[in-house]
Amino acid sequence: MDKTFKQHTLLIIFIVVAFIYICRLFYLQIIDDSYFLSAQNNVLQEQTIYPARGLIYDRNGELLVYNDAIYDLSVMPEQVKDLDTLAFCKVLNITKEEFIKKFERLKHQKGYAPWKPCVFERQITIPTYAAFQERLFDFHGFFVEVRTDRKYKHNNAAHVMGYIGEVTDKDIEKSDGYYRMGDFIGISGVERTYEKQLGGKKGTRYVLVDSKSRSQGRYKNGEFDTPAVAGKNINLSIDYRLQQLGEELLTNKTGSVVALEPKTGEILALISSPSYNPNLLIGRDRGKKYMELLRDPMKPLFNRTLAAPYPPGSIFKILMALTGQQEHVLTPNTAYGCHHGYMFVGCHPHGSPLPLRPAIAVSCNAYFCQVYRSIVNNPSYKHAEDAYNVFYKHIASFGLGSKLGVDLYGEGSGFLPKATFYDKIYGRFRWQATTTISLGIGQGELGITPLQMANATATVANRGYYIVPHIVRRIEGKRNPDTLYQNKHWTTIDTGYFPVVIEGMQDVVERGTAYVARIPGINIAGKTGTAQNPHGKDHSIFFAFAPVENPKIAIAVVIENAGFGATWAAPIASLMIEQYLTGKHDTRKDLKERMIKGNLNHRNDTTATQTQ
Amino acid sequence: MTPLQPKPSSIDWITLLLYFIFITIGLLSVYASVYVESKPMIWDTSMNYGKQLIWIFISVFIGLLILLIDEKFFYAFAYPIYAITIFLLVLVLAIGTTVKGSSSWIEIGGFRMQPAEFAKFGTALALAKYLSGYNKNFEKKRRDQYISAAIILAPMVIILLQNETGSTLVFFSFIFVLYREGLPGWILLAGLVLGILAILALLVPATYILIGLAIVALLFLLMVRRTKSLVLITMGMLLFAGVLVNSIDYVFQNVLQAHQRTRINVLLGKEVDIKGAGYNVQQSKIAIGSGGFWGKGFLQGTQNKFRFVPEQSTDFIFCTIGEEYGFVGSVIFIGLYMYLLFRLLMMAERQRQKFNRIYGYSVVSILFFHFLINVGMTLGLMPVIGIPLPFFSYGGSALLSFTVLLFIFIRLDANRVNELKSF
Repeated sequence: MDKTFKQHTLLIIFIVVAFIYICRLFYLQIIDDSYFLSAQNNVLQEQTIYPARGLIYDRNGELLVYNDAIYDLSVMPEQVKDLDTLAFCKVLNITKEEFIKKFERLKHQKGYAPWKPCVFERQITIPTYAAFQERLFDFHGFFVEVRTDRKYKHNNAAHVMGYIGEVTDKDIEKSDGYYRMGDFIGISGVERTYEKQLGGKKGTRYVLVDSKSRSQGRYKNGEFDTPAVAGKNINLSIDYRLQQLGEELLTNKTGSVVALEPKTGEILALISSPSYNPNLLIGRDRGKKYMELLRDPMKPLFNRTLAAPYPPGSIFKILMALTGQQEHVLTPNTAYGCHHGYMFVGCHPHGSPLPLRPAIAVSCNAYFCQVYRSIVNNPSYKHAEDAYNVFYKHIASFGLGSKLGVDLYGEGSGFLPKATFYDKIYGRFRWQATTTISLGIGQGELGITPLQMANATATVANRGYYIVPHIVRRIEGKRNPDTLYQNKHWTTIDTGYFPVVIEGMQDVVERGTAYVARIPGINIAGKTGTAQNPHGKDHSIFFAFAPVENPKIAIAVVIENAGFGATWAAPIASLMIEQYLTGKHDTRKDLKERMIKGNLNHRNDTTATQTQ
Repeated sequence: MTPLQPKPSSIDWITLLLYFIFITIGLLSVYASVYVESKPMIWDTSMNYGKQLIWIFISVFIGLLILLIDEKFFYAFAYPIYAITIFLLVLVLAIGTTVKGSSSWIEIGGFRMQPAEFAKFGTALALAKYLSGYNKNFEKKRRDQYISAAIILAPMVIILLQNETGSTLVFFSFIFVLYREGLPGWILLAGLVLGILAILALLVPATYILIGLAIVALLFLLMVRRTKSLVLITMGMLLFAGVLVNSIDYVFQNVLQAHQRTRINVLLGKEVDIKGAGYNVQQSKIAIGSGGFWGKGFLQGTQNKFRFVPEQSTDFIFCTIGEEYGFVGSVIFIGLYMYLLFRLLMMAERQRQKFNRIYGYSVVSILFFHFLINVGMTLGLMPVIGIPLPFFSYGGSALLSFTVLLFIFIRLDANRVNELKSF
């Protein structure tokens, strides 16, 4: 190609580009006046539109949580000019010193910049809002933002629903700029795990504002506005009436109730007592009230159902009976004698010797110590450890010793000792069944959360499988899409070994230790537990499912330091089963009254609000 | 023998004057774009303008030093300088600091540097030295073409690995240098056609483009005298275009990162995203548009003052000029910039030594490319690629590296007079 042409190509390109850019400038600056925001210093203001948070209903459509409008007084510090501080303070009802202090505090907040709006006073009252709105034009730089806070229709299920609160610096960082200082976020319960669905998406509105903060209308007719997307409504799997009855029954008691629908893993009731009134954690006093609850010695904020490990006591015998059969060291006809106990484990008086089914019915300690011994000292394994590892595998397949994956924040894993745990205490190959015999009757180092207990019950009810317990049934009318809550988890126990155990559990209620839980016309299978613990009186434990033929509810009840399983836990479970299956809870008035009135909390100095 | 120091008269004073005008306007624009009433002093080093002022002193000092160095130094040390910049680039990969998603920064005692900036003049020197070497012929020799390409590609690859797409693209400006040194014109043209096809591929479904191209090819074949080879070539090109159009879509969906996709989509008008990538451009256009004919005056830009334009002191510095000095100021700005580019082009052509000419062309091309992308992006004509406007944008290593880039050329050019005298 010609050299001189080459020398000039770049020159030509320069001229073309300069020409195009000047034309573009001519268009932007002179022809298209939509970019020309008049000479009066009109500026574009970005306003956030807060979406309504999703509503929360129970499984039958009963409304539990809704929204309430709140008004925040915000300020754009750079725009504050010639403020009549006295008048301003009068409207807000604060002193001048407070005003100065507040302003100083703003300036030291993280992410403060004079051109960024920030909240000056949170949740002003409606009269203040009205008074302020009247004089808005006198207070340049200040404006009111409308947001929503939560309101709870009932005072129940606080632990399930959780609460919302302001985002922390960490939340803001993690959200990649979505959250801003002062935004609300779910902190516990469903509010936390389903923040994405409930929270919706903030929208933006672009408004032209003049130098006196007066709105001059929307920018380009809202062409660039993004509407807020409302949060999705959620149906919990909770049955509100069942939940309410349960909370009533646990009045003045410390403990937990978890009820599941065995076929779906849906949580029907989740009660941790003592609880608190969810309506305490809303509004301006949220922080103060929260600190009060936090300091309460009864720990009302602690969700026992998910995190508190209890020794299961005799209900563990059900898993022993199943594991023994699976390992072929136990048949329904195996009989062991009982002479008021086994080694140092005592037992109550009953007929002897007994085969499996009646041994469950009378909850014979000696029998299940023998079963445990035959599992762990099984001669087909070289060492007790090997046999124990197999035992561990079977028990763990019921979801014990690890987190199940429930859709609530704060789940604990409980404690199921591994062989290595005993190796550390006794040394390798230096322990066997009799060393750890108390495990056979659900004592010892074992720790199981009420949720895990309920899940194990549901597994027995299903004759060998469970679906991970979950609390959200529907999102915006559609089934919870998480496949974790749809897949069956099969245990390592064959289905054929369940019937005899279930028959034994039925005997427990028909003629055994939990006769008190019997309901005419409903076949209940259950097992009591009386768990010794180092904190005082035994825990009263009961787990059950009903109806036996087609289980609709599996329930685990733990009442702390209350004595025998049959005294408190079994009647409470029975009343709740009746309520759920028949809708009635008044057929046994005396029993119900006795349960509600029973005050097992000897320390009454609690400030926690007991739910009704 | 001629004296080593250039005579004052041989320095190109116009270029030097333009340089000082630019850094002065640049500093004032940075001042206007981050100005807060409480800190009005331009030497307040807690503000960007104070820092920029320090960098200006450093840059001018180093620039003057360069004018005092023997011009043979740059020829002799071209390769070592190139090697050092490459080494620094590799070093960044190992110990770099990440700023806004790009890990191209090195931090030494509170100072942050971006070695990618220095790689520009390093590469320019190396390329100039290589092509001006004995018996080198870029036009004819394959080997020379490959090695030239390798000199340019090596820093590009490393910078791309640092996730700094903008600086990587700058190296494409060397294509102008290669063109001047003998790269056939059709490659430049083909590049343009490919670019248009690429944009079309993102806007229109691939099948439509292929149908369109097929029709064009058919018409072409009907109109000309068909020979067998011509038909084959046309078919081949059609096939190539088909593969290209489809692969662009693939690259767009699978290779580019999400934020890059958004930026391109916003530019092409396929996506309106006033909050994200589109937000910068939208606010930038408003700021410039609100400047009107005469502008709002120094420090009067409300769009600037209220920080509607993010990154205004760095990549969007042109907004300040557009808003505060209006159409008149913007046209003068473009005029001055063009004058500098013309001047440098003229200076490059008047060099007798091939080394000087190639280096000069590199300077022109790099500065032009920055101008093209940076100003185009604030006007909404180019995608948002984060590269600075030379001499104007806030940023120490950028200012320093552009100063070095320019002053080396002024020094090389100043020697021209000595050459004449040595005849």
